[in-house]
Amino acid sequence: MTEKTLIELDHVTKRYTRGRDTIEIFDELTMGIEEGAFLAIMGPSGSGKTTLLNILGGIDSPTSGSVTVGGQRIDNMSEGALSKWRAANVGFIFQFYNLMPMLTAAQNVELPLLLTDLGRSRRAEHVKTALNVVGIADRAKHKPSELSGGQQQRVAIARAIVSDPKLMLADEPTGDLDRTTAVEILEMLQLLNKEFGKTIIMVTHDPEAARFASRTLHLDKGHFVQEAAE
Amino acid sequence: MAIWNETVAVTAMTVKSLPQRIWVAIVTLIAIAIVVTVMMAVLAMAAGFDKTVAGAGGVDTAIIMRAGSQAELNSGLSSEQINLLAEAPGIVRVGNQPQASPELYVIVDGIKKSTGLSVNLPLRGMNPIGVELRKDVVISEGRMFETGKNELVVGRAARQQFAGFDPGSTVQFGKTTWQVVGIFEAGGSVFESELWADAKVVQSLYNRGNSYQSVRALLDGPDAIQKIEAYAGNDPRLNISVQTEADYFSQLSKPLVSFINGVGYPLAIVMALGALAGALNAMYTSVAARQREIVTLRAIGFGGFSTFVGIMVEALVLAFAGTLLGVMVTYIFFDGLTASTLGQTFTQIVFDFSVTPELVVQAGVLALAIGLIGGFFPALRAARLPVVDAFRNV
Repeated sequence: MTEKTLIELDHVTKRYTRGRDTIEIFDELTMGIEEGAFLAIMGPSGSGKTTLLNILGGIDSPTSGSVTVGGQRIDNMSEGALSKWRAANVGFIFQFYNLMPMLTAAQNVELPLLLTDLGRSRRAEHVKTALNVVGIADRAKHKPSELSGGQQQRVAIARAIVSDPKLMLADEPTGDLDRTTAVEILEMLQLLNKEFGKTIIMVTHDPEAARFASRTLHLDKGHFVQEAAE
Repeated sequence: MAIWNETVAVTAMTVKSLPQRIWVAIVTLIAIAIVVTVMMAVLAMAAGFDKTVAGAGGVDTAIIMRAGSQAELNSGLSSEQINLLAEAPGIVRVGNQPQASPELYVIVDGIKKSTGLSVNLPLRGMNPIGVELRKDVVISEGRMFETGKNELVVGRAARQQFAGFDPGSTVQFGKTTWQVVGIFEAGGSVFESELWADAKVVQSLYNRGNSYQSVRALLDGPDAIQKIEAYAGNDPRLNISVQTEADYFSQLSKPLVSFINGVGYPLAIVMALGALAGALNAMYTSVAARQREIVTLRAIGFGGFSTFVGIMVEALVLAFAGTLLGVMVTYIFFDGLTASTLGQTFTQIVFDFSVTPELVVQAGVLALAIGLIGGFFPALRAARLPVVDAFRNV
């Protein structure tokens, strides 16, 4: 099987300036992530996991170096172009779900589709499909406050997949869930990876969660120190 | 299409989330409503006074007084001058009768019902033509005074505000006794604050001899004032000033209206600054409370523009609701509220507060400005929130 590279980081450096101090997160980081990978990124706090996720998702830019996703360089895109790019290419899953409390589950899932030219009925079809995939179609009309943590995270996953992006970025997606629910969510991510071919990059502190990924990278002080294949 | 959907969705989310911040929203709304109410109430007083006084005069009626007189009270015209004016050009005649009314303007005592205090009231001596020259005058109760008798007709507003003027009652002004025989209405104008009687009786009872204080005359065309002035200019005995009633009353109302407006607008602006601080606080609170929602939307691809519009709409919704509440309160509690004040003639002028469409527009513009400025900076902050915060527990 030929593995196609979806993401390429080429000599990526990321520095923050705080007062007089310059904090270096990455120094000349070069790496590639294959299309269809399910990658877990582990590491201590402050190691740069979330910064890496931000750079890969186009919500932060490197200080230098290039980031190419699906053959498109995103490090030099304008803010507006990045917004459009994210809407079309990336699904985000957050630790605390980040659902809109005033909207129903279906309305939350519909949000990314509002950025497309799809009509109302086509949007409704896509929402229904996404909710079915995550097994929560019967809660479509419920608001987040009426759902359990696991159900809310399923809605968030449905929102992440509804516009069919190739890349999904998850930051501690099970960090706020009990073990049983966490396993259900991780199995779902596995399903999305294996059955639907989604490339998933998941940041986690939890080695149990990382076991669901096809590959785990350990990040420490901006460098990958060891790679564990499962 | 997509940008429209995006903007509508963010705006709807913003408005739907208002109940989560209901108390801050209510405080802002009330602050705006108070600004609107105070501004409108003060200006409704000016508008009402202006409508009552400046609206009393017609452009086709002249008021002739002694040159240099600012008001009828300090004017004086002799019988010789009155006779000369009867021959003046520019005045409409029916047969040989000039449509003119030589009049007296005397101050009498009255008691204000609301305070029980003694106040000055205007008693006007006039002839039947004088009544006809005033448009919209109708006797609403009783009858008109008869010539040669100590009879009064009382303006609607004067009867309402001052004691003892019901038809059939007898009133005493100094040593003179009068019978109230009727009530008249004059379209809500300043004349409704007056008491009217036969000019000859007033002359006699107040020892005015044959003198008068002013002449009302119906003009025969747009250049009639010039004709009368030219006529008077050729006769040194006619040391008079001629102006239309409209100009006269406009000048009478101007000082007080300017004063009220001069107080009203700065007061409204100072209060608006307070409300603006409240609106800014409310909107910054709104942005802070919704920070996670905003950055999440930005992360999944929503633009800064829709976020900006959403916050602006929230501010404008609050401003609009505040305006609506303020207008309703002003309309219910102030529109038509009757008050009286001392006019330029040192007599009481009764007037109604008047909430005009112009005032509603002015208050709306002020509230809109509060909403726009109060929303703009928080909206800008919301649109510029760093998207990298999406993965942080904000």
